[in-house]
Amino acid sequence: MMEESLKRAIILDHYQHPRNKGLKDDPSYMSRHMAADSCIDDITVMMKIEDGEVKDVCFDGQACTISTSSTSIMSTLIKGQSVEKALMIIDEYYKMIDEEHYDAEVLEEANAFDTLSKQANRINCGTIGVKAMNEMLREYQNGQQ
Amino acid sequence: MYDVLKVRNDFPMIQTLKERHMIYLDSAATSFKPQCVIDKVNEYYTKENANIHRGDYDLSFEVSDEYENARKTCAKFLNAKKWEEIVFTNGASSALNLVAYGYGQKFLKEGDVILSTEAEHASNILPWFKVSEVTGAKIEYIALNHDGTFDIESFKKAMHEGVKVVTLAHVSNVLGYIMPIKEITKIAHEYGAVVVVDGAQSVPHLKTDVCDLDMDFLCFSSHKMLGPSGVGVLYGKYELLDQMDPFMLGGGSNARFDICGNILLKNPPFKFEAGTPCVEGVLGFKRALEYLMDLGMDNVQKYGHELHAYFMERMKELDNVEVYNPHAQTSIVTFNVKNIFAQDVAAYLNKMGIACRSGNHCAKILLNVIGASETIRASVYLYNTKEEIDYLIETLKGVTLEKCIGASL
Repeated sequence: MMEESLKRAIILDHYQHPRNKGLKDDPSYMSRHMAADSCIDDITVMMKIEDGEVKDVCFDGQACTISTSSTSIMSTLIKGQSVEKALMIIDEYYKMIDEEHYDAEVLEEANAFDTLSKQANRINCGTIGVKAMNEMLREYQNGQQ
Repeated sequence: MYDVLKVRNDFPMIQTLKERHMIYLDSAATSFKPQCVIDKVNEYYTKENANIHRGDYDLSFEVSDEYENARKTCAKFLNAKKWEEIVFTNGASSALNLVAYGYGQKFLKEGDVILSTEAEHASNILPWFKVSEVTGAKIEYIALNHDGTFDIESFKKAMHEGVKVVTLAHVSNVLGYIMPIKEITKIAHEYGAVVVVDGAQSVPHLKTDVCDLDMDFLCFSSHKMLGPSGVGVLYGKYELLDQMDPFMLGGGSNARFDICGNILLKNPPFKFEAGTPCVEGVLGFKRALEYLMDLGMDNVQKYGHELHAYFMERMKELDNVEVYNPHAQTSIVTFNVKNIFAQDVAAYLNKMGIACRSGNHCAKILLNVIGASETIRASVYLYNTKEEIDYLIETLKGVTLEKCIGASL
């Protein structure tokens, strides 16, 4: 388990200085608008995948600390990774949220959410952006097959 | 004299809150139930379980009688002229949809206008979007003031010969402002328009006299006014109900039908109540109405106004909080802590044992009016106390972004 003060610092940092924030006006990006699952967070995530690699991830929207920071952190984790590796990281993240055995090493700063599963009302916040990334990665993968 | 401590003793959930170290400030979402209502629901299942209006045996007659008495109690509560004007539905949303479908879709045509406000709950505007789509009628909005308050002059300006339906909430679920319904119905009727009132947030708190206010339709839910969930009411003037189509057809709503497809519907309210209703819910609702009448709706309204005024007064002490409905008079306080996202504050309040709601509260088009996409809504009802409000105020004084994040770890 990550120490609470460290978790708090990581989340605050990614909330106040979100990485990869701001959308791209570029048709080569895939895009997901995530607003249907909750009436409060409204996030759009974009992703550029080329030759099996996540070249870029970016996002923007109106969202709480947990959804902004989780989206920001995950964007840093998968950017530059192969699609397979990105999906593996996201799978481990979901395992953590679902309280299954998971590989904490690959999640790096995303370990800040290692007790999020105890907060029923925040799970959706902690997965909204990640879900968008997961969907786009899988769509790319299905298109390749 | 209204004795809130005595009232609190009637609500078992108040004891549960003590055990869980919680206070409940979300009665605009749903209210607690007094023991007598809970007992009544239980009694139906243990001593009175039979279907209504169907059996040829005493048990069924007895419960049918009680069900119909609930209608009479409700008519009395609203000062309706006839018990036949009370239609039981499964909630306010269902009642509002019934009016839109049964009246709006039947009688509106292309070029007609439905007049509403930007402060409506989804349940009172989405059904009219559908009416507009199906009939070609147009929806127009009464301009609200910049702070979301309503001005009768703006309503007069918005009214014209083409308006056939005016639909609005007596009390908005986000801003909590009380609409001048009596003036509105008077003006609307001069133009021959019918007035549909969403009473979900008003009937629990305000003494409501449908004759005095001259409403054509009034829709509200039992669960927000001490009764069970799964029950709502459509009040409608009898001659309007008589012209309307039911939303559902089926058992209990028809007098006879034949193989050629001819259906003879029963008279209102029965033609609207196909299928077995939520019998235990209606019986429990009757008890809730009796409980409210015993307290006296005048007293409930007076206490609600006092408590709300105290709430607003105390909120003004907070420099770190912005209140969006400072002119509200009842139940609802909508606010944000400056520079902290509503849901983060709500998570912190939850951790501190305070139940309230964050979000855009099902009135999504209001965003343009108050300029805040997400807010926190705290709402009080007849069992809340000043001490509970004090606890919220003290908690809000100490809220920081770090504490909010900590609440989710």
